[in-house]
Amino acid sequence: MNIYAIKAIYLFEMHRTWRTIMQSVISPVVSTSLYFVVFGSAIGGRIPEISGVSYGAFIVPGLIMLSLLTQSISNASFGIYFPKFVGTIYELLSAPVSYVEIVIAYVGAAATKSIILGVIILATASLFVPLRIEHPFVMLLFLVLTAVTFSMFGFIIGIWADGFEKLQLVPLMIITPLTFLGGSFYSVDMLPPFWQTVTLFNPVVYLISGFRWSFFGLSDVHIGTSLAMTAVFLIACMLILRWIFRTGYRLKS
Amino acid sequence: MSSAISVSSLYKTYSTGFEALKNINLDIRHGEIFALLGPNGAGKTTLISAICGIVSPTSGTILADGHDIIKEYRAARSKIGLVPQELTTDAFETVWNTVSFSRGLFGKPANPAHIEKILKELSLWDKKDSKLMTLSGGMKRRVMIAKALSHEPEILFLDEPTAGVDVELRRDMWGVVRALRESGVTIILTTHYIEEAQQMADRIGVISHGEIILVEEKDELMRSLGKKQLRLQLQGKRESVPEALEKYGLELSPDGCELIYTYDTQKDRTGITALLQDLSKAEVRFNDIQTKESSLEEIFVNLVRERK
Repeated sequence: MNIYAIKAIYLFEMHRTWRTIMQSVISPVVSTSLYFVVFGSAIGGRIPEISGVSYGAFIVPGLIMLSLLTQSISNASFGIYFPKFVGTIYELLSAPVSYVEIVIAYVGAAATKSIILGVIILATASLFVPLRIEHPFVMLLFLVLTAVTFSMFGFIIGIWADGFEKLQLVPLMIITPLTFLGGSFYSVDMLPPFWQTVTLFNPVVYLISGFRWSFFGLSDVHIGTSLAMTAVFLIACMLILRWIFRTGYRLKS
Repeated sequence: MSSAISVSSLYKTYSTGFEALKNINLDIRHGEIFALLGPNGAGKTTLISAICGIVSPTSGTILADGHDIIKEYRAARSKIGLVPQELTTDAFETVWNTVSFSRGLFGKPANPAHIEKILKELSLWDKKDSKLMTLSGGMKRRVMIAKALSHEPEILFLDEPTAGVDVELRRDMWGVVRALRESGVTIILTTHYIEEAQQMADRIGVISHGEIILVEEKDELMRSLGKKQLRLQLQGKRESVPEALEKYGLELSPDGCELIYTYDTQKDRTGITALLQDLSKAEVRFNDIQTKESSLEEIFVNLVRERK
């Protein structure tokens, strides 16, 4: 194991975060706060409680997930896309590092950032709405699992993307709609039966449902199912990464 | 003792079907400066990239200090430093950070003393806290070299180290390379400046259209292919070569002021004595005599032409 290389890449990536602190941390916090003001306080006050939880509190897990997913993807995809774009990737490819080490370092750094962000947003939310966390360990588990999984997914997108447009495309066209339609702002059983079935094909539903369960003990699908689905997605990402580095897809000709 | 680099039956065909390398066999000795010479697009960079792990070979084997670059990539790669042709740098990083990063990436524990030594040797010490984007092209090139040397490699690849570098800096760079060789590093450099190969290399390999057409000691190459010219500066212009001297195959320079005699230094008789005698018989008077060895440039042009 080339520990020095993992450390070098990890610290390099974290250093990049501090350099771009505004865009990495502050802007997601600002936009999430806006959601709380609009949906939590202004509109939320007129919406009845959902299973005994005020609407403002109900949307907190979904909002954290929304930031966690988009930030994990953008951090990790940018982290690997940029060296490809400017050409510094030559050094990574010629270094005595295995792909597992590369993934650990890049994904680890991206996940660290989004976990920090998730915690900050959680703290921000507690300023707006009273919160209770029934299962703090499950909550943390979901936080870490989701950050790691979607950082991997972002890493894959970063390797796949051959232009800045594609880098933006997936988060914008796929992740944001899936999160909005995945029950960030409502409970799935508020939907007509047909759409409830359609929703079950949305992987984000399982994340938000499981995460919300860790807060309030209520969920749209069973917590075990949520964990299993997240694990499936994690393993799928690992397999894709293995294939990418075996074949050199978009990295080596 | 194994070679520093040993390439056998290496082929590389890109997915476009372009055959960049065809049956490359090459051994680089420990401690030498080897110049890989060839025109643009000949396959120099592809060959280096294949050895360094940036391009996957289609077939063939490559050993670095006896280690297979694919099966034992850790051992092989940690011995190699690469300075690529393009100046690719992380614009926002400082010189110190980017060089330290490279050392870590190659699996070496931090060693500020070593980094300091490299930066001083490359005259980068007073720039250590500067961001890379503020540096000139020549300074960036030095940073790339510093990065490649950060992990104390035994084999250093320099891909066109002096491309786009001014004359003064080029001489500096040659000095740096020579000093490295003194310290025992094996150096492989690619260039299409023949002067560079001529100045620096112990051995020269010529690559053209993806094939190594020749590998030889530089001096040997110069000797075996070297022709010399004798140039006679005439007193007054001439319209043509005197008839009595036709057997020497003389050329008249375009301005009519010089007679040029080309001879082979390897032959027992160069014919110079006879020529000079015949010249005085023909009453050809001259002001000055000059002899000139043909440059590697001319040798190279001839070589490539012969292959076509």
